[in-house]
Amino acid sequence: MPSPGLAVLVIDENRVRASIIEQGLHEAGHERVTVIHDVNGLVRRIAEHNPDVIVIDLENPNRDRLEAMFQLSRAVKRPIAMFVDRTDLASIEAAVDAGVSAYVVDGLKRERVKAILDMAVTRFNAYARLTRELEEARGELEGRKLIDRAKSILMRSRNLSEEEAYRLMRKAAMNQNRKLAEIAESLITAAGLLEPGGAP
Amino acid sequence: MSAHEIAAGFMPLLDSAILVVAKAKGFAEDEGVALKLARESSWANIRDRLAVGHFQVAHMLAPMPIAGNLGLTPLPSRTIAPMALGLGGNAVTMSNALWARMLDHGARETLDAAANGAALAAAIRAVPEGRPRFAVVHPYSGHNYELRYWLAACGVDPERDIEIIILPPPLMTEALANGALDGYCVGEPWNTAAVMQGLGHIATVRASIWRSSPEKVLGVEERWAGDNPEALAALLRALYRAAIWCADPANREALSALMAEPAHVGLPAEWMAPALSGDIRVSSVDIVRVEDFFMPLARGATFPWKSHALWFYTQMVRWGQVAHSPGNEAIARETYRPDLYRSALKPLGAALPAANSKIEGALTAPTPVGASGATLTLGPDGFFDGGLFDPDKVDEYIRSERS
Repeated sequence: MPSPGLAVLVIDENRVRASIIEQGLHEAGHERVTVIHDVNGLVRRIAEHNPDVIVIDLENPNRDRLEAMFQLSRAVKRPIAMFVDRTDLASIEAAVDAGVSAYVVDGLKRERVKAILDMAVTRFNAYARLTRELEEARGELEGRKLIDRAKSILMRSRNLSEEEAYRLMRKAAMNQNRKLAEIAESLITAAGLLEPGGAP
Repeated sequence: MSAHEIAAGFMPLLDSAILVVAKAKGFAEDEGVALKLARESSWANIRDRLAVGHFQVAHMLAPMPIAGNLGLTPLPSRTIAPMALGLGGNAVTMSNALWARMLDHGARETLDAAANGAALAAAIRAVPEGRPRFAVVHPYSGHNYELRYWLAACGVDPERDIEIIILPPPLMTEALANGALDGYCVGEPWNTAAVMQGLGHIATVRASIWRSSPEKVLGVEERWAGDNPEALAALLRALYRAAIWCADPANREALSALMAEPAHVGLPAEWMAPALSGDIRVSSVDIVRVEDFFMPLARGATFPWKSHALWFYTQMVRWGQVAHSPGNEAIARETYRPDLYRSALKPLGAALPAANSKIEGALTAPTPVGASGATLTLGPDGFFDGGLFDPDKVDEYIRSERS
C-alpha cells in the first residue's frame, strides 16, 4: 500500500540516481518528495522541508555532519534517528550493500518507512547495474574500434584481405588464450614502435 | 599457510598509515593475513559497514568505539579497541583573518598552546558580537575534545563564546577560504593543506595541548574478535611491525609517497611530509619543529591505554554527551583491550607495559617504565595547563571539570 503524506528528502549528489529514486517514490504514491544535490545550506533546507524520512547515499561525505545535526535537537524540529530496525538486520545490510542509508523522525511506523527504504535500495541497485552495463558497453565499443584499427594495419603491412586479417588475429587470440581486443591492442602498440618516427 | 581474510575500512587521513603500510609493505601477508583495505568517505560508513560485517576491523576515531558501546551513535555494534594507531597527528588551523586578530593580542609563531590560546581568548573578547565558528570532523573525536579542552582552559566557553560545527575534512579548507569558518581542528594533512594553499595558519598542535595523546584506534567488531582470536592476533602483529616501519626516518619519503597515492589519501606527497618529519609549516614562511607531532611507535604509541578511554569518557560527560554512571564508566574502560594487545605481541618481543592505565599528564620527561619484552620509555605527556588525569579518580575529575 502506498503511504501518502510522508515528506521525503533525498540527498544525492548524483543527479541521475536521485531522479530515479524520486520517480520511484512518485510511482509509489509519495507526493511530497524533495531532492537536493548540493549540501550547502543543509540545515536550512532540512528546517524548511521538515522531512519525515531522509534518504542519503553512502558516498556522501556529509553523513557525519548530518548525524551530528540530528543529535542537536535545536537544528531540526523533530528528533531524527537512523533507520534501524533491529528485528530486520537483513534490510539494513541490503541498504548498506546498495550504498544507501535512511534517517527517520521518531515515532513513525516501521512498515511505512521500510517500504521507502526498500524502494531506495531497489533503485540504487538498479542504478549500479545500469552503470556497470554502460561501462561494459563502452569497453565493448572501445574493443571493436581497436580490432578495426589492428585489422587495417595487418591489411596494409601484410597485404591481406579484411577477412584474412581478421582470421589471423582470431587465431593468435585462441593460441595465446587472450581476448581479441587485447591482441589488437598489442598489435597496434607494436606497429607504433616499429614504424619509423614513432606512434602511428 | 591458510590466510586469515580480514577487511578493513579506513578514512583518507595520514594516520591510517599503519594499516596502509601493513598491507602495502607485506607485513600482513607475512603474518598470514589477507588484508583488504577499503577507503571510506565518512566515519558513519565505517561504523555501518563494521556493524553489517563488511569490515571486521577499521581505522577509527579513538572515542568512537566507546560512544558506540554507550549507545550514543546510530547502528552501534559492540566494538573493541585492542590497539591504538599512533599518538598525536592533528592541529588547530585558523583563518588568515582570525590569525591576524590573534597576532594583535600576542599570538606567536611557536605553536604554544598556552600563549596562542590566551591570544585567541583576547581576540574573541575584543569582538563580542561575532562568535567565531570552528569545525571538527565528528562529535566523538579527539579533535572535538582537544579543541574544547584547550579553549576551556584558556577561558573560552566552547558552548557560548564560539560555535563548533561538524564538517568532513575536504570541505574544511574550502570553508576557511570562503569565510564560512574561522578555524578547525583536524588530522593531517588537512592543516598543512590550508597552509600550503595560503588559506590559513596553524595556531597550535595536539602535541602542545596534550603531549603523547591518543588519536585513532583499530576498532574491531567484538563478536568477530571473539570468534577469530588467531586472525586478530596475526593482524595486530602485522600492524605493530608496520608501526616500526612507519617510525623509521629512513622510510619517511617512501611513506609520504605511499600515503599520497590516490587509493590512500590521494593528496600531494609534500602535504604528508611535515607531519612525518615534525617540521610543521605553520604559515607560508615559518616552519616550527615539533619532535613528537605524530608518533606511530615511540612512547608506547600503539598500546590501548584504559586511561585514554576513560579520559575520553570524562569529556563525553563534561560536554553533556552522556550521563556519568558507574555502568557507563565500566563500558568505556572495557572497550579498550590491552589484554589482547599483550597476548598478540608477546611473540614479537615488543615492549609491553605492565599496567593497563597510567596517570595522564604526570610525566614531564621521558621515563623508563615497567615492561616485559623490550625497554619502554613513556612521556613526556603533559597537558598544557598542567592538568592531571588519574584514571582511578574519575568521579573527582568529572566534578573538578564541572566547577
